[in-house]
Amino acid sequence: MLKRKDLLGLRDLGRDEIIEILDTAKEMKKKIDNPALRDCTLGKSSIITLFYENSTRTRMSFMLAGSYLGGIVQDLGVAASSVSKGESLIDTGLNLDKMGVRFMIMRHQMTGAAAVLARNVNASVINAGDGTNEHPTQALLDMYTIRDYLGGFEGLKVVILGDISHSRVARSNAFGLVKLGAEVTLAGPSTLVSGSMKSLGVNVTSDIKGALADADVVMGLRVQFERQKNMPFPNTREYSTLYGINSSMLNYAKKDALVMHPGPVNRGVEFASDIIDGPNSVINIQVKNGVAVRMAILKLLYEAGASTDR
Amino acid sequence: MSLLIKGGRVIDPANGIDEIMDIFADGGKIAEVGRDIEKAADRTINAEGKWVMPGLIDLHVHFREPGYERKETIRTGSRAAAMGGFTTVCCMPNTNPVTDNDIVVEFIKLKAERAGIVNVLPIGSLTKGMEGEVLSDIGRMASAGVCALSEDGKSVLNAALMKNAMRYASMFDLPVFDHCEDPSLTGKGQMNAGAQAAYMGLAGISNDSEEVIVARDMILAESTKTPIHLCHISTKGSVTLIRQAKERGVRVTAEATPHHFTLCDEDIRDYDANYKMAPPLRSREDREAIRLALKDGTIGVISTDHAPHHVDEKNCEFQKALNGIIGLETSFCLAHTELVLGGYLTPSQLVEKMSTNPGRILHNGKGTLSAGADADITIADPNEQYTIDVDDMVSKAKNTPFGGREVKGRILYTIVGGEIVVDGGKLIKK
Ligand SMILES: [Zn+2]
Repeated sequence: MLKRKDLLGLRDLGRDEIIEILDTAKEMKKKIDNPALRDCTLGKSSIITLFYENSTRTRMSFMLAGSYLGGIVQDLGVAASSVSKGESLIDTGLNLDKMGVRFMIMRHQMTGAAAVLARNVNASVINAGDGTNEHPTQALLDMYTIRDYLGGFEGLKVVILGDISHSRVARSNAFGLVKLGAEVTLAGPSTLVSGSMKSLGVNVTSDIKGALADADVVMGLRVQFERQKNMPFPNTREYSTLYGINSSMLNYAKKDALVMHPGPVNRGVEFASDIIDGPNSVINIQVKNGVAVRMAILKLLYEAGASTDR
Repeated sequence: MSLLIKGGRVIDPANGIDEIMDIFADGGKIAEVGRDIEKAADRTINAEGKWVMPGLIDLHVHFREPGYERKETIRTGSRAAAMGGFTTVCCMPNTNPVTDNDIVVEFIKLKAERAGIVNVLPIGSLTKGMEGEVLSDIGRMASAGVCALSEDGKSVLNAALMKNAMRYASMFDLPVFDHCEDPSLTGKGQMNAGAQAAYMGLAGISNDSEEVIVARDMILAESTKTPIHLCHISTKGSVTLIRQAKERGVRVTAEATPHHFTLCDEDIRDYDANYKMAPPLRSREDREAIRLALKDGTIGVISTDHAPHHVDEKNCEFQKALNGIIGLETSFCLAHTELVLGGYLTPSQLVEKMSTNPGRILHNGKGTLSAGADADITIADPNEQYTIDVDDMVSKAKNTPFGGREVKGRILYTIVGGEIVVDGGKLIKK
């Protein structure tokens, strides 16, 4: 059984813990389709979402997950709160602690922010993405989807493409998939994927065709286009020409390879539109599984807390 | 007041001494060093089994005053220095206002005099406001008594301005202490680039960010025929560059910090910002290169880069946390444990790095126990083993990753100008 206060990343999770979350998510999924099955698993625990970086989709997914299990869910509204008046993360956390918050679900632009919050508060902290570190619930929902379609992970070839070095999704997936026996390849332009990522136990390459060969799963990552001084590639057009996946590129992968993307997709950049809407794509299914996985995590952390007398 | 130190192992590399001897000091000066001195003294210290060294000198501390007194003050920093066996420290100019004119220099000297604990020597900035645009009032600061010039915290990015600064400083015989870092290569980096950064998901700082400026400024030292002192060298590549430059006669000296020869990036845990500093903790391989460079003399100086911060500036998001750790109270014990007991340095070489060589760079007559020199003396017990306890520290700040670490070697006496300021391991000044 999951025995921890917080869920900060897949780096620290054991193989069995990951399986337990995925198994629990399978049960939870029924509650999404059938409101009659929704209950008060979380016993009216209060759940706060703190999104220092905006993401409507992830935030809504967590808020729905919490309410389907009978939690009382609030969003802190970081932009409108004392945070914007310069309150420190730790002070914000301590205040919420005092007010009886049981779960703090945080997205933050800085690596390690969830860990810092977690060690300063009594509440359970769930990392909804921290800097360039981890996005564990996204990876768990990706893994849930992969297992659902392909039956397991052992020996699977998973290719993750795009802006690897800035991607917490790629990192969390790599940590989790490697633990469960998949062969993971991170691929992208040399300026967006660093050889030091090999320390995660993955292959690293800029050869996109080689990476795609016989792949079971092709996961695209959103490429960020904010104007920056030192762009890692010349322009979007060149990126999509060299690293975008269209149907002829997809032919290098296995015939029924899964096409995945954490969203939101830049159509015609990471994937051509016919791939996003094509038979291999499970992009829309990922979204539903996201709610189930987040319900599972809330339930397991709640039960872990109840059993350890906090 | 007169002082007799009996039977200690006197280690004074400047005079080639490493043997059991006595020292007699009178009127604030060393009067005599020799065997079996029998003289009446106001105070006699039995130093049997102890090391008796010229007072330790730290070329690189941040005492934060004026401007950041909640981190440290000249008084609290001086106390920490004394507890660490330092009799002379040089304070970096990144104060607020910046130490870029004679008025701030006079202020620091006044505060140091009032604290009256150790010798605190101000360092002036190379450029006005440390903004890298125009030279500071270097001549006026020289008259006011700065010991060196530095832009510590950053490099002067305009190479022509740096060249001018080095030339101008040499006219006043002022050493230049050079923080080497190209910020465009540091970028958003938070820790050493490499496997550990990839594992932790923190943006990396590559070794080249230091090395390009090390190379540039040694070339400038060569072309201007002026000396340069390179601060807190952290990479294997820098060591190679320095070694090559020394071979072709460039007047370069270099320092390393206790944290760079003790720790490496693999030690960083739980996003604990007490492991965050600039330059960052490097790889295991870099650490070994630093140790070997200390051993072969490529790096001749150990400096702490004592950088106090308030707890709120460290117990926060790693990326938000400020750079630097305190070091005065742990420098000797770490250097002794890691370098002497670790087999890299002899006791005499250790004293060279912590007193003799920094004294030579300051060329102010310190760093030696010669008769006639100021009676700045440090006595340590090399055999005392203990666990570093952050709560015992007297620095105002507590930002150090070394709490709980087992070390060997404790400072027992710090004597400044013949006056005992640490007595039997206890600070006796207010
Ligand atoms: Zn510096």
